[in-house]
Amino acid sequence: MENDMIEIRWHGRGGQGAKTASQLLADAAFMSGKYVQSFPEYGPERSGAPITAYNRISTERCSVHSNIYEPDFVAVVDETLLESVHVTAGLKKEGAIIVNTAKTPDEIRPLLQGYEGRVCTIDARHISISNLGAYFPNTPMLAAVVAVSGCVDREQFLSDMEGSYRHKFAKKPQVVEGNLKCLRQAMDEVKG
Amino acid sequence: MSIRERLSGNEAIATAMRQINPDVFAMFPITPSTEIPQYFAQYVADGKVDTEFICVESEHSSLSACLGAEAAGCRAVTATSSAGLSYMNEVLYVAGSSRLPVVLAVACRALTGPININHDYSDSMAERDSGFIQIYGENNQEVYDNYLMAHRIAEHPSVRLPLMVCEDGFITSHAIENIEIEEDDKVKAFVGEYQPENYLLKKENPLAVGPYGVSGYYMEARVAQAQAMINAKQVILDVAADFEKTFGRKYGFFEEYRMEDAEIAMVIMGSSAGTAKAAVDQLRKNGVKAGLVKIRVFRPFPGEELAKAIAHCKAVAVMDKSEGFSACGGPLFAETSGAIINLDQRPKMIDIVFGLGGRDFTVAAALSVYDRLAKIADGGEVGAVYTHMGQREK
Repeated sequence: MENDMIEIRWHGRGGQGAKTASQLLADAAFMSGKYVQSFPEYGPERSGAPITAYNRISTERCSVHSNIYEPDFVAVVDETLLESVHVTAGLKKEGAIIVNTAKTPDEIRPLLQGYEGRVCTIDARHISISNLGAYFPNTPMLAAVVAVSGCVDREQFLSDMEGSYRHKFAKKPQVVEGNLKCLRQAMDEVKG
Repeated sequence: MSIRERLSGNEAIATAMRQINPDVFAMFPITPSTEIPQYFAQYVADGKVDTEFICVESEHSSLSACLGAEAAGCRAVTATSSAGLSYMNEVLYVAGSSRLPVVLAVACRALTGPININHDYSDSMAERDSGFIQIYGENNQEVYDNYLMAHRIAEHPSVRLPLMVCEDGFITSHAIENIEIEEDDKVKAFVGEYQPENYLLKKENPLAVGPYGVSGYYMEARVAQAQAMINAKQVILDVAADFEKTFGRKYGFFEEYRMEDAEIAMVIMGSSAGTAKAAVDQLRKNGVKAGLVKIRVFRPFPGEELAKAIAHCKAVAVMDKSEGFSACGGPLFAETSGAIINLDQRPKMIDIVFGLGGRDFTVAAALSVYDRLAKIADGGEVGAVYTHMGQREK
């Protein structure tokens, strides 16, 4: 494994957008000039079933195409998964877990089966609803993962994402500002 | 200038199809179809292609519709996966024997049962004798590049055979990675227009396609078809040479990775080869002379060339990602064994069936294979020639 490679595992439920979040992260890293992989682990597609998605981000093309068993970072889009999925399995001590929850890192740590590394939390629901008027956890989660992992420089990330939103929402420019606010607020408010 | 992009394998193939702008795309739009027709439907809706886009009720019909179009002199394409490819089986043979150079994109996936949607080569290997050329890619870049070369190989007058561009289901088809996309006009210039010598309603030489072949003629037709598959070898190399000259990326029948002085090696296909390369790199750092051969072209099978590539090795593991139920090894092992049978000095060889139904293949798993090969190379027992890897014991 290349030393500069960052490996990330996403846990979510079918329909919540963990796969999309991993694709957005790949986009952000790609725009910053990196080599990226974003891939989901597929099973029978059922809304609400636990799903996993992955990212590799590196400065050289990665030829490995296996799943990721010892991630540097884990992102949990739905905190109810902490009860049923061993989300910290293989997670490196030097890395971190980022959980979408209104709770604090200290409240989450006891649910993590003895994980000794950094625990971060982000209230993606609150941030999304206050800026977009609806619950889209992906945008705040993406920003929290970028902030914690440092896989993309903050200012470059925000400027690339603005360009991407202006392109994507060319016909709905009113939603660009809300999404950008989500990103900034999440980067500022991620705890731990 | 190439365009730096990030796309999934399916998007990469759909992009290549858009750039080529085929005359006809017939497809079955429901699972186990791939996302390729979904992306392509968007291009049709956006007016980016003027392809006749036909939704049919099954894969048997999608390929049949393509063959009708090909017989009429059109360039036709389709895409499928898994059981969809199996459902085409009868028509695949018609394509080959009618010498209709349709290009079929396959996201290779397991066959039932148990019911499974994930990657292995059960579907494509089951069609290895159908008369299709089969070209496999390790990642989205290779799949895209293979697609750009596909029509020229298939349509070449000395070949005129159908061709499958194979990607690894989900692992490549759904994984987003960096890719270099070529400019539309350069792709169009490279692929060129399809100008068939003969077609159904050509005024000067009207043609019958798919007639009955009595015993007095059937064998001649089959021998001619077999000769076309032999001819395809040179055409594949010629098109690859032109591709390299045009776009700068080099391809052959297979890729030799650190094989020059390799004592132990794998023969492997697709994305797993990329994972195994990381194992080779680790071993090389420790002074172990490991290498691998990644098979790109499985039909026609480059037997002679492969034999030369592995002849100097002491021990070789053939990695089969499909189970042929032969009780003595998978299809890649059968081909590789056949290739080396007349060498005076040949490596000890084992077959390992792995990765069925999406069972993950890791760098650690690849290292364990090289570990076994190292023991054989040191004069140890070969042991069981045909084994499975990665399954639970209980």
